[in-house]
Amino acid sequence: MAGVELEPVIGLEIHVQLRTATKMFCSCALGFGEPPNTRTCPVCLGLPGALPVANAEAIHYGLMIGMALESELAPVSTFHRKNYFYPDLPKGYQISQFDLPLCSGGKLGAVKIHRVHLEEDAAKLNHAGASGRIQGADSSVVDFNRGGTPLAEIVTEPEIRSAEQAGEWLRLLRTTLRTLGVSDVNMEEGSLRCDANISLRPVGTDQLGTKTELKNMNSFRFIERGIRAEVERQRALIEAGESVTQETLHFDPKTESITSLRSKEEAHDYRYFPEPDLPPVVITETMLDRAASALPELPAAREQRYVEQLGLSPETARLFAWRAELADYFDAVCAADTSLEPQLCANWVTELQGRLGEQEAEDSKVSADALAQLAALVASSAINQGGAKQVLDELVANGGHPAGIVEAEGLEAVGGAEELAPIVAAALEANPDLTERLRGGDMKPIGVIIGEVMKQTRGRADGKEVTALVRQQLGLS
Amino acid sequence: MADEIQELSASAAAAAIADGGLARAELFEHYRARAAGDELNAFTWVAEQPPAPVEGPLSGVPVAVKDLFCTEGIPSQAGSKILAGYCPPYTATAVANLEAAGAPVLGKTNQDEFAMGSSNENSAFGPVLNPWDHSRVPGGSSGGSAAAVAAGLAPWALGTDTGGSIRQPAALCGIVGLKPTYGAVSRYGMIAFASSLDSAGPLTRDVADAALFYRHLVGRDSADATSVAFPEAIEIPTGERLDGITLAVPTGLVDGEGIEAGVRESFEASLETARSLGATIVGCEIPSARYALSAYYVIAPAEASSNLARFDGVRYGLRVEEGRLDEMYTETRHDGFGAEVKRRILIGTYALSSGYYDAYYGRAQRVRTVVARELGAIFESADFIVTPTSPTVAFGLGDRTADPLSMYLSDLFTIPMSLAGTPAISIPSGLSEGLPVGLQICGPAFSENRILGAAHALEQAIGFDGSPARGGAS
Amino acid sequence: MIDRDELLHVARLARLALHEDELDATAAELSSILEHVAVIEELDLEGVEPTAHIGDVSDSLRADTARPSLPRDVALAPAPAVRDDGFLVPSPQGE
Repeated sequence: MAGVELEPVIGLEIHVQLRTATKMFCSCALGFGEPPNTRTCPVCLGLPGALPVANAEAIHYGLMIGMALESELAPVSTFHRKNYFYPDLPKGYQISQFDLPLCSGGKLGAVKIHRVHLEEDAAKLNHAGASGRIQGADSSVVDFNRGGTPLAEIVTEPEIRSAEQAGEWLRLLRTTLRTLGVSDVNMEEGSLRCDANISLRPVGTDQLGTKTELKNMNSFRFIERGIRAEVERQRALIEAGESVTQETLHFDPKTESITSLRSKEEAHDYRYFPEPDLPPVVITETMLDRAASALPELPAAREQRYVEQLGLSPETARLFAWRAELADYFDAVCAADTSLEPQLCANWVTELQGRLGEQEAEDSKVSADALAQLAALVASSAINQGGAKQVLDELVANGGHPAGIVEAEGLEAVGGAEELAPIVAAALEANPDLTERLRGGDMKPIGVIIGEVMKQTRGRADGKEVTALVRQQLGLS
Repeated sequence: MADEIQELSASAAAAAIADGGLARAELFEHYRARAAGDELNAFTWVAEQPPAPVEGPLSGVPVAVKDLFCTEGIPSQAGSKILAGYCPPYTATAVANLEAAGAPVLGKTNQDEFAMGSSNENSAFGPVLNPWDHSRVPGGSSGGSAAAVAAGLAPWALGTDTGGSIRQPAALCGIVGLKPTYGAVSRYGMIAFASSLDSAGPLTRDVADAALFYRHLVGRDSADATSVAFPEAIEIPTGERLDGITLAVPTGLVDGEGIEAGVRESFEASLETARSLGATIVGCEIPSARYALSAYYVIAPAEASSNLARFDGVRYGLRVEEGRLDEMYTETRHDGFGAEVKRRILIGTYALSSGYYDAYYGRAQRVRTVVARELGAIFESADFIVTPTSPTVAFGLGDRTADPLSMYLSDLFTIPMSLAGTPAISIPSGLSEGLPVGLQICGPAFSENRILGAAHALEQAIGFDGSPARGGAS
Repeated sequence: MIDRDELLHVARLARLALHEDELDATAAELSSILEHVAVIEELDLEGVEPTAHIGDVSDSLRADTARPSLPRDVALAPAPAVRDDGFLVPSPQGE
C-alpha cells in the first residue's frame, strides 16, 4: 500500500441524553448527582413483573431532532429489545429501536445523517476494589439512577474526512441540540457522548477499509485528538503492510494511547426482536404539528438571516450561528441599541470573545447593554478604537459602564480642527526635518507625527484625522 | 355452618356478607384454615391474618393469587428457586384491582415455574395434586389456583394463561377458567413469561363467579402499554338458552388422534345439550392449528428467553457466588432455573439468534397472523368455536415428565386462541372415568359477555357437580 | 439438529451454565423439539405479515410527569450483595 495516498472515512454515533422530566420508560425523575440508587422504581430496576411505558415527551424531542436534521419521520415507529448481559443493564436487554427508527436520513451542515433513534441509557458501574467476599476478586457497585434516562442516538453517514471536520461538525450538532432545548449537551457530564467509526481508504476510491470503533470520548478536544491518533495508527499499519483489525477501541487522552476494549473475540448476537411490551408508536398529525411549532430558529437559518438581513460577513455569521450562546449574546447587544450597525456590534462581540477564551460572553462581567453602549461611543466618535479597547479591557476585568470608564480614565476622543490642529502644528514644528520630507511628498514620516500627536493626546486622537490635518497644514492635496 | 360456608359460591358469599348474614372475618378464617391445612400443595403462602377490610362489591370474599403475581411484602416466587423468598416492593395491578373491590388476598398458589408447564410438576415448590385423584396432576401452569378452587380451599383464584394455563387446569380440576382478550387485564406486576401472549384471568366454581371476578379485573392500566379499556361493562350472566347461537366445531382438530374417547364422548354430549338449548352446530376448519402449536413453542420460548434474562443474581433472587461475573451469571441461572425453564430459554435463544431468526421467530409470527385470520373468518359466520379444552383428562403424576413434547400436546386446543389473543372459557362438561372433562368456548376479541352468557346456559343445562373434589357430598 | 458446539454457543448467549453431564441429553431434547416445530417450514407464508403485537393500542404513551421513586433501602433490600449504597457485583473488567 506504500505510496498510495489514504484518506480517513469517519462516521459518528452520538448519544444524547434528553432533558425530559422523567426517564424513557418509567416515571422516575432523571438523576444527576443524587445519592446512588435513589431514582429507581420497579421498572428501571428491572424487577419481576414491571413493564415499560414510553415517555411521550421523549418521542416529542425525538421528532424535533428529526425535523432539525431534515430527517424522514416514521409514520409508525417500533421499539426492539437488544439482548445482552451486563450488570448496568437490569433487564438483560436494552429497549432500543431497530428496523423502524423514529427518524431516517437527513443532513446537518455538510454531513448526511443515517438515522436517529430513541433508547434507554444504561446504569452506572463504579469500581469498588477487592470485594472481600471472594479472595482477591475485583468488584463493582451498580447505581441505577442513570439507568433508563432517555437517549437519542444520532448516527451520521461515513462522510467525515478529518478529525477537525468531526470536531467542527459536532459543535454544530451540539449547538443545534442546545438550541432545540432537548438536551444539556454537556460532554463532561456525559449528556453528549460520541463514538467514531474510523477507516482509511485510497483517495478517489469507494472501497471501504476495515473500520474500528473509538468509544465514548468525552470532550471535543479528545475527540479530535482521538480520531487523529487512530487515523495515524491505521495509516502506519497499512503502510507497514499490515491489516487493521475490526475492534472497539478506547483512547486515553493522558497518554494519547489507543487500547482495545474487548479482548475476547466473542461475537455479539443481540437477538433483536420487537419489544412485545410496547405497541408500535403511531406518529400523529398532532404530534408532528406540536414538534414543528416547538422548533426554534436553527443554526443554518440563523446564519442565513445574519448575512441576508443584518449584512454580517459570512464568516462572522457562521461563527455566531454555530455557537448559539454567542449568537444569543450578539442578538442582545443589537437589541440593546437598535440604532447601531449590526456589523459594528458583531465586531465588538468578536473583540470581547477574543478576550474571554473559553468563557461565554453572557457569563462575563460585560453585559450586552454595556457592550452596546461601548459600540455607540465608537459610532459617535466619542472615543477612538484604542480608547474603546481600553474601555473593553476594563469592562472585562471589573465590569461597569463604558461612559463612566471613559470619564474616569479621561479617554474621550480628542477631535475636531479646533482641538487637534494646534497639537498637529506643534508636532510638525518640533520635527522640521520630517516636515520638509512630507512637504516634498515623502509620506513615510507621517507615522512619527501621528505617534507624536498620540503621545500628546494619550492616544485619544484619531489617526485618520491627524493625517488629514497634516495634509491640510502643509498644503498637500 | 362450616359446610354451608363451604358450599357457597363466591357470588353467594359476597351477597351473604353484603346483607349481613355472614361475617367477613368468619368467611376469611374458614378459607384461611382450609388453605393452611392444604394437602394438595396448592399454596406456597397463606395469610395469617385478614388484611384491613376494604368496602367494595367483592365484600371480603378472599382470593387465592397465583404466585406469578407480585404482591407487596408477600413472597412472589413464580414457582422458581431463583425467586425463593423474594418479596416485591409493589403489587400487580390485577391483584390491586381485586383488593380495591374488596377481595382480600388469602394466599399465593403454586404453579409451574414461570408458568411453563401443563401439569404443575415444574415447580421448585413441588407438584400440586389433583383434588379428584391425588395420583394425578391438576394441569398447569395455574395448577395451584385450579386445585385450590376445586378442593374448596379458596372461593376463587387468580391465574394466568399464556397457551392454556388457566383453561387446561380448570378443565382437569372440574372448574371454570376464563382466558380474557389479550390486553383486557393489566399485566403490570405479573411476572412475564411470554409478553405478547400472557393474560390474567379468573378460576372459579361457576360461570357467574367468573363474570363477577372478571368485572373487577378488567380495565386500562397506564402502567401496561398493551392494556386496553374493555368496551362495555361485564354483566353477570343469567341466560339459559342458546337460541340463534351458532357453535363451530373445528372438525379436523377435534377428530385428530390423541383425543381420549371419554373426552370425545363428553364433548359430543355437550354439543347435544347445546342443540337442545337451541344452538346450531356447524363444522369448521382451522387448517393452521397444527402449525399453531409449533409457532407457539417458538414465540413463547423466544420471549421468555428475553424476559428471564433479568434473573441474573444482581438485584434480587438467588446468587451463586463465584469469583468472576460470568460464572456468577451462568451458575446462578444454572442452579436457579428448573429443567423446563432452561429448555425453553435455550430454545428461545436459539430461535432468536443470528441466522435462525427468520426461519423460527419470523416464521412463527407469520403463522400467528394466519391463525388469527382463520379464527376471524370462522367468527364471521359462527358466534363461537367450541372444542374440548384438553385432549385428555388429568394424567398421572410423572407420566409425561420424561417427554416434553407429549406435555406440549396438552395445549393443542387452547393455543390457537392464545396466538390470536381472543377470549375463551373452559367449563366442566362432565366426567370421564371419574375425572372432569372441560369444554372450551371461544369468541372474537371482547366477546367475553357473550361467552359468559353461553357458558352459563350450558353450565345450567349440564349441571356438573364439583362437590366431590371439595370433600363434600351433596 | 443441534450439536454440542451450537448448544454451548446458545447457552453462552443465555448465560446458562451447562455441565458436562447435561450436554448430550439437552442437545437431544432440544433437537427433538426443534424437529417438531420445524413443521412451520411447510406452510406457505408468502406475503403474510408477521404479528408482533395483538390488538390496536392507540394511546400507549405516558405523560412526562415524575412520580416518587422507591426509597433506597427498599430498592436494595432484595439484593444478594450491597456496598456503598449500591448493588455489589464481581467486576466485568477482564471479561
